[in-house]
Amino acid sequence: MTNKSKRILPQILTLVLVVLIFGFFTINAQMNMSNRGIDFGYGFLGQESSFDVQFSLIDYDGSHSYARAYLVGLLNTILVSVLGIIFCTILGVIVGIARLSTNYLIRTTAAWYVEFFRNVPLLLQIFFWYYAALRALPLPENTEPLFGATYLTVKGYYMPGFIWENFDILIYSILAAIISIIVIRSYAKKLQEEKGQQLPVFLISLGLLIVLPALTFITGIVQLEVELPVLKQLSKTSFIYDGGVSVPPELIALVLALSLYTATFVAECVRAGIQGVSKGQKEAAASVGLTPNQILKLVIMPQALRIIIPPTTNQYLNLTKNSSLAAAIAYPDLVLVFAGTALMQTGRAIEIVSITMLTYLTLSLAISLLMNWYNKKIAIKEK
Amino acid sequence: MLKIVRNFVLFFSAAILLAACQQGGGSGKKSKTLDNTKKAGFVKCGVSQGLPGFSNADASGNWTGIDVDVCRAVAAAVLGDSEKVKYFPLSAKERFTALTSGEIDVLSRNTTWTLSRDADIGLTFVGVNFYDGQGFMVRKNSGINSVKDFKDGISACTNIGTTTELNMRDFFNSRNIKYEPVAFEKADEVVAAYDAGRCDTYTTDKSGLAAQRTKMKNPDEHKVLPETISKEPLGPVVRQGDSVWEDIVRWSLNTMIEAEEYGINSSNADSMTSSDNPQIKRLVGAEGELGAAFGLDNEWSLRIIKQVGNYGESYKKHIADTGILPKRGPNELWTKGGILYVPPAR
Repeated sequence: MTNKSKRILPQILTLVLVVLIFGFFTINAQMNMSNRGIDFGYGFLGQESSFDVQFSLIDYDGSHSYARAYLVGLLNTILVSVLGIIFCTILGVIVGIARLSTNYLIRTTAAWYVEFFRNVPLLLQIFFWYYAALRALPLPENTEPLFGATYLTVKGYYMPGFIWENFDILIYSILAAIISIIVIRSYAKKLQEEKGQQLPVFLISLGLLIVLPALTFITGIVQLEVELPVLKQLSKTSFIYDGGVSVPPELIALVLALSLYTATFVAECVRAGIQGVSKGQKEAAASVGLTPNQILKLVIMPQALRIIIPPTTNQYLNLTKNSSLAAAIAYPDLVLVFAGTALMQTGRAIEIVSITMLTYLTLSLAISLLMNWYNKKIAIKEK
Repeated sequence: MLKIVRNFVLFFSAAILLAACQQGGGSGKKSKTLDNTKKAGFVKCGVSQGLPGFSNADASGNWTGIDVDVCRAVAAAVLGDSEKVKYFPLSAKERFTALTSGEIDVLSRNTTWTLSRDADIGLTFVGVNFYDGQGFMVRKNSGINSVKDFKDGISACTNIGTTTELNMRDFFNSRNIKYEPVAFEKADEVVAAYDAGRCDTYTTDKSGLAAQRTKMKNPDEHKVLPETISKEPLGPVVRQGDSVWEDIVRWSLNTMIEAEEYGINSSNADSMTSSDNPQIKRLVGAEGELGAAFGLDNEWSLRIIKQVGNYGESYKKHIADTGILPKRGPNELWTKGGILYVPPAR
């Protein structure tokens, strides 16, 4: 046996074994399904779903197809994941830095928060935020307004809705502001490198972001009307708020639970990242006269991020997959709508579960790719 | 070492031979499910996760209810002892997969008989043990006295994976009412959310509403509206493709109903073997050879009546006496103004 075949043979054997195992399961499933008179196919996706969903980002009701119901569930899953990732990152970074604070009270509070929330099972936390918070919230008719015109009630969080006129022009003005900021920043960098002058880049950027969109309002091209939620009586003792935007309590509870839980892990990643940067770096930066803010921004964070990003990616993936616990509290995510109701109404277990698994796989891979790209971007560029 | 190996080989060949003999010994009708049940020594029965009156476990884990009694009847007929049942609590979502995959052999879990379920997904409904219909529960102080009082924006709590979800849409659509469906996976969660004020109404089968009401903080604060918006014939289900097993479950249920019709109950069953009425004698196994048709002995129906009781006894014990639905309504015998009517056992 040559060296080469010695290397390749085990790989071929493994491959054959994997194919055989998959083949066995496929044939086994096919045989059992035909024995029990169950046929296989994805044709049902085009049929009318005939069930409604509580909360949907796109136009949907029971007269649409199962494929559309799938899309509704998928978008709801993405919504809760994106919101969860944003909140857990913000909270995680704050708590992570707080754990390294020199202030005893801040440091200890952060440590207690981390130890408590990461050690209580997530499903329990979701139930807690949903049922405990739900019972504590007032009925719509007894609600005091929050921030002026929003109402947090047992039936959801009601906010004023915005009705825009020429909304696209506003978007263009913001885009124009962003482009000019990029131009100014590169000019400022050049100026500093060539002549050592510093422009107040942050103030100019902020000004541009405010002035340009404001101009579109002042000239009257873009108009905004606010629709306030109004209390409406359904029966003698039952009320809701009508008009405006309402966020269902299920979404609030789920985002709250997911971000509070995942933020503890992100906080630990952040702490590890900052502590992973050697002390000498900080001291060296201080000795060349950088301010504490500059040290954090220009020396510590760029190096810490390289340590923080890979484990944090894992936490983002976990959060996305954990969002499937939504089914327990009636938030209509992919699992509840598609792998729940649609599966029950059609009885197509293998088809629907396979689609759902592939979807979560794709979502996870997409997040991984994005984070890997970011990780590469901030990695040390070796020349 | 060699001796051990030889002993092993001998033992295994003996075991295989023995198994082969057993398989060859089965006479007449073949039923894989029946054989497996006899081998296992218990009936694998899928029930709800707790619905008083239908299938509910007490603190020490004993299951009771009219759905449970169907499984007990099957166990009495097949294994001779109504206690030889293993219960599998299932959510609405899991129930059919559990049955088609063979995890359970009888699904007796307040399941509605519909065309698509019967024809499409490898299931066979064997009968009806409760005629039900979907209704709405509201708070008494809400001032809602009829479904006509429902207005746009009403929120309705229910279970996913049930016919309820579909009926609800038909109902609200036909009346042009905008509604917010809030669908949970487990019944307990629906009740908790409705009780907390998340929803204005809770909708499911009326028997379910009556049963779940007993679980609420203040049952007296809630009421069920008079309207019924759908037909929900609930009954036991088996896997498609085993007609002998299907017959056993069907006729176990039918025996309970017919026993009530002829006045046979758990206490007088033994004395009925000497009755003058030939139909009564057939029902208690004193005449004819009805059991042989599905490979059972002739005492199978007598055991059902003695150990489980007739349908009326079961209903009284689990549904009427517990205060869930004191009146039998459509679930009365056809001879007494109801619609319970089963084919004759002969």
